[in-house]
Amino acid sequence: MKRKLQNTTSKIWSVSAIAIVLILWQMICSFGVVDSFMLPSPVQVVKAFIEEFPTLMEHSLVTLSEAFIGLALGILLGFVMAVLMDQFEPLYKACYPLIVLSQTIPTVAIAPLLVLWFGYEMAPKVILIVITTFFPITVGLLNGFKAADQDSINLLRAMGAGRWQIFSVVKLPGAMSQFFAGLRISASYAVVGAVISEWLGGFSGLGVYMTRVKKAFSFDKMFAVIFLISIISLLLMKGVDLLQKKCMPWEKE
Amino acid sequence: MPVLEVKGVSKSFDGEKIIENISLELKEGEIVSLLGVSGGGKTTLFNMIAGLSMPDEGKIYLESEDITGKPGNVSYMLQKDLLLPYRTIVDNVALPLVIRGMKKEEAREKASGYFAEFGLEGTEKKYPAQLSGGMKQRAALLRTYLFSEKVALLDEPFSALDMLTKGAVHEWYLDVMEKIKLSTLFITHDIDEAILLSDRIYLLTGRPGTLTKEIVIKESKPRKKDFNLSENFLQYKREIISHLEG
Repeated sequence: MKRKLQNTTSKIWSVSAIAIVLILWQMICSFGVVDSFMLPSPVQVVKAFIEEFPTLMEHSLVTLSEAFIGLALGILLGFVMAVLMDQFEPLYKACYPLIVLSQTIPTVAIAPLLVLWFGYEMAPKVILIVITTFFPITVGLLNGFKAADQDSINLLRAMGAGRWQIFSVVKLPGAMSQFFAGLRISASYAVVGAVISEWLGGFSGLGVYMTRVKKAFSFDKMFAVIFLISIISLLLMKGVDLLQKKCMPWEKE
Repeated sequence: MPVLEVKGVSKSFDGEKIIENISLELKEGEIVSLLGVSGGGKTTLFNMIAGLSMPDEGKIYLESEDITGKPGNVSYMLQKDLLLPYRTIVDNVALPLVIRGMKKEEAREKASGYFAEFGLEGTEKKYPAQLSGGMKQRAALLRTYLFSEKVALLDEPFSALDMLTKGAVHEWYLDVMEKIKLSTLFITHDIDEAILLSDRIYLLTGRPGTLTKEIVIKESKPRKKDFNLSENFLQYKREIISHLEG
């Protein structure tokens, strides 16, 4: 009960901060400090959002399916890489620098190349998302595996456990919280990655919609789609939290 | 015939000899303590008996079978309970059975059968974080027992508990041991604990560590609650202290 109350009070602060920003923004627009075509007011954005809602949903569907497929493959890749690198030390030494290097490549630079190589359909988008999402998963899992308690591992060895038993009983479950921390990041990367790849070529999706409204100077629609992307990312992160609670029941108490 | 036999074991790390020529034996149903200062090589010896490391010299036998350097025969319990936080108590305790290839359901059932005897009833579906320190050590002992009904190695298992809890846990421990008759090698640096719980005590002293004395505690079991206040008890304690101060 007390905890719930605390939760509500902490929400009061964040909600009022957002409200203040919105009110200031509305005032700036209403008093004509900035031209309304340069910066639409929150009310205009909401109007645009409602008007465009069916179109936005259509495009969201495309973006979300790209994001989900990419994320699923990214999780799979990240997981396999982490397990192999944990089990085979030379592989860890060989691949870790490469993996880190892969993250220094700006996505905006590589996306057009992917479009050239793989066309305007789904493939280049999914590949880009895989590249951006596997990393937090791999690193999270690897850290989790490495942090496994040596005494627990020794105890299992004394019990006669083999390497894969030690992995499945101690290392893997012990790395779950790091895995979910990585997944949270990856989930939001997946949406942003999908949008960026759509900017550079494609027929539908929120990124394509964004480039269209930008070219038409419909900034109210632009803002509407930005908000939609934020909301989608937040919902996905919330989804990951719920999944984590479901998968890690021992963390509740 | 002793259950466990250690014959002439020595071990060095980085050129420094930690323990030298240690021989000891453990008979069936006996509780034998290895008493010595911290860092005196007790844990090194335990790791070798558990099969986690090889002695430089010497052999270890379990029921006359050479188990030197072979894990999977003797289980141990540490000061840290090492219960896995993401497994319920029953799943933690049943772990050695599962590792040996028993089906999960069957292992759970077998483990549950011992909960009452170990004073753990009602904790089956709880997670370790929900249990007190003393209860966690009970679960750890049951896990050790389910691993091997022959021999258990206990490495300062109760030293993290506070004085009052420790007293209660000792009482519980002697009580359980009466029932399950588990042959136990018990490491401790607590003289009172060694006298209270053991049938025999080996004193490990010097650098490198060697066994320099063996003391038989003749007090019959089950021991009375005030044994640790009796003249006999103090007599043993004096003997040990005078030897340790050498």
